[in-house]
Amino acid sequence: MLVSVPSFKSKFIAGLVLISPAIALADTPPTRVVSMNLCTDQLAMLVADEGQLLSVSRLAQDPEGSAMAEQAQTYLPNSGFAEEIYLMRPDLVIAGSFSTPATTAMLQRLDVPVVVFDYASSLSDIRDRLFQMGEVLGHHDRAAKIVADFDAELAALQAEVATRPRAALYYANGYTSGDSTLAGQILIAAGFDNIATEAGFPYGGTMPLEVLALMQPDAIITSKPHAVASRAEDILIHPVVESLGQTTGTGSFSDRDWACGTPFVLNAIADTAALRRQFEENGS
Amino acid sequence: MTRLMIALTVVLALLFCTALALGPANIGPFDSLRALVIDDQGALTLVMREIRLPRAILAVLIGASLGMTGAAMQGYLRNPLADPGLIGVSGSAALGAVLSIQTGVAATVAFALPLSALFGALIGVFLVLLLAGPRGSSLTLILAGIAISALAGALTSLTLNLSPNPWAASEIVFWMMGSLVDRSMTHVWIALPFIVVGVALLASLARGLDALTLGEDAAESMGINLKRLRLTLIFGTAAVVGASTAVAGAIGFIGLVVPHVLRPFVGAKPGRLLWASALGGAILLLAADIAVRVVLPTRDLKLGVLTALIGAPLFLHLIYKTRKDGL
Repeated sequence: MLVSVPSFKSKFIAGLVLISPAIALADTPPTRVVSMNLCTDQLAMLVADEGQLLSVSRLAQDPEGSAMAEQAQTYLPNSGFAEEIYLMRPDLVIAGSFSTPATTAMLQRLDVPVVVFDYASSLSDIRDRLFQMGEVLGHHDRAAKIVADFDAELAALQAEVATRPRAALYYANGYTSGDSTLAGQILIAAGFDNIATEAGFPYGGTMPLEVLALMQPDAIITSKPHAVASRAEDILIHPVVESLGQTTGTGSFSDRDWACGTPFVLNAIADTAALRRQFEENGS
Repeated sequence: MTRLMIALTVVLALLFCTALALGPANIGPFDSLRALVIDDQGALTLVMREIRLPRAILAVLIGASLGMTGAAMQGYLRNPLADPGLIGVSGSAALGAVLSIQTGVAATVAFALPLSALFGALIGVFLVLLLAGPRGSSLTLILAGIAISALAGALTSLTLNLSPNPWAASEIVFWMMGSLVDRSMTHVWIALPFIVVGVALLASLARGLDALTLGEDAAESMGINLKRLRLTLIFGTAAVVGASTAVAGAIGFIGLVVPHVLRPFVGAKPGRLLWASALGGAILLLAADIAVRVVLPTRDLKLGVLTALIGAPLFLHLIYKTRKDGL
């Protein structure tokens, strides 16, 4: 029971926010929608009618972090500030649960309807978010079709797995993701076990480099370093990671398919499953 | 004097072994030291040789650099408040390092990272000595240092905030406070040549600094070339602080605390204080790096936090004393 409370609460809040425009929503779907979160941007672009979505966040246009950077170029970019969003005169604002509460609160005070989407931490959350987007934008059928396609592709990807090699997800600053995260679920769907769970990080956290080395993973999956260097990403080319990579499988994947609960996680699952097959061919 | 050096060396060796035996992975101290010496072809040797050893070596190199620079600057300026961190040299070095990383030069040209940090440090130390003047009254020295620190810090933050890399802005703390987490032998090799040259330059100042205690005229009459002394100090400082900051960020207060603590043991002779402060600085930084791993093993607590907690009260005490002496 306890586990369901947060999602119930968020739905409740989302519902509460929609009380006043709900009457209007029932008849006519919103026509000037602004999304201010990288993940809701992509869900909205997938589901919205042409001309229905007015603006997406600036991040959605960055090919390093967004799976739909090209499509996003056709929308007005926003930086997530209440003032600029208000001046776009939206009839619906879609925010993520990590969006600044001050911004969403101010928009609500200005009588702009705001829906807050929880972030997805499992594959079934992706279905829920797609349905929610369909409901909010008044395109339930389109959302249902995307979900059906997603399920079909996912089923095709999840082939029989004989052995489950142990993999580590390793990101900038030595951060790892556990089973209870979307990245962890992608890893499981691709047929790997996650060493983060073994090492005591069910949700993720900073796993020291020496712990990683001593866990002896069968594969290391890192995020692709950005074009402009940073010290945080130094760890991805640390001699220890490189040396582990020589004896194990390594994959370096771009954040864009992993970061958001969208059907694009199928790409991430496919990439990771390919890495597992490669490991199995070399391994035994 | 020799007894002091032996005592410091013994403490340093003990701390070095402790640093090697400590880490987030639970390995027995003897297992870990054995894996360091004898290659077991496995993960343990990898951890010891590529994670813990470079971290301990860097702590020694950088601590020694900062301690010796502090002693040299205090000797030259005849002012106990001089410290590369406080007077903005480390901050300028960090700016140089950040610029070379953000422009991509650091990734393409070998030694570009320490060289640009050295260049930043050179500008910093030159500006401070220019502003403070050769005698460097405490007030002008500290004011010049505050101004240069603030400017270099602001420009570093600006560069990192403008970076398209989403991680860059969170690194402001690293460049301001310093850390040795996840450094590798690569960092040892890029810092080592500059630190060796810089330490040799600073060590060559011993006779000149001793003579300078008698005043500039007396020193010149003893055959000390003051211009050359000044240039050697500037380049020596820039080399060691540049290389140190390039790999570990700006770590403050070591150059302030160590010479102050050791001065009574060397009969207040600045020449003899140089090597003693190098050993003392290495001890202090190793101890600080051990402490951050013991206090918060899984978080990257910055070294500058600890050194400032030790150094800032002493700094206040020194300011109070300086005021009482009517300077």
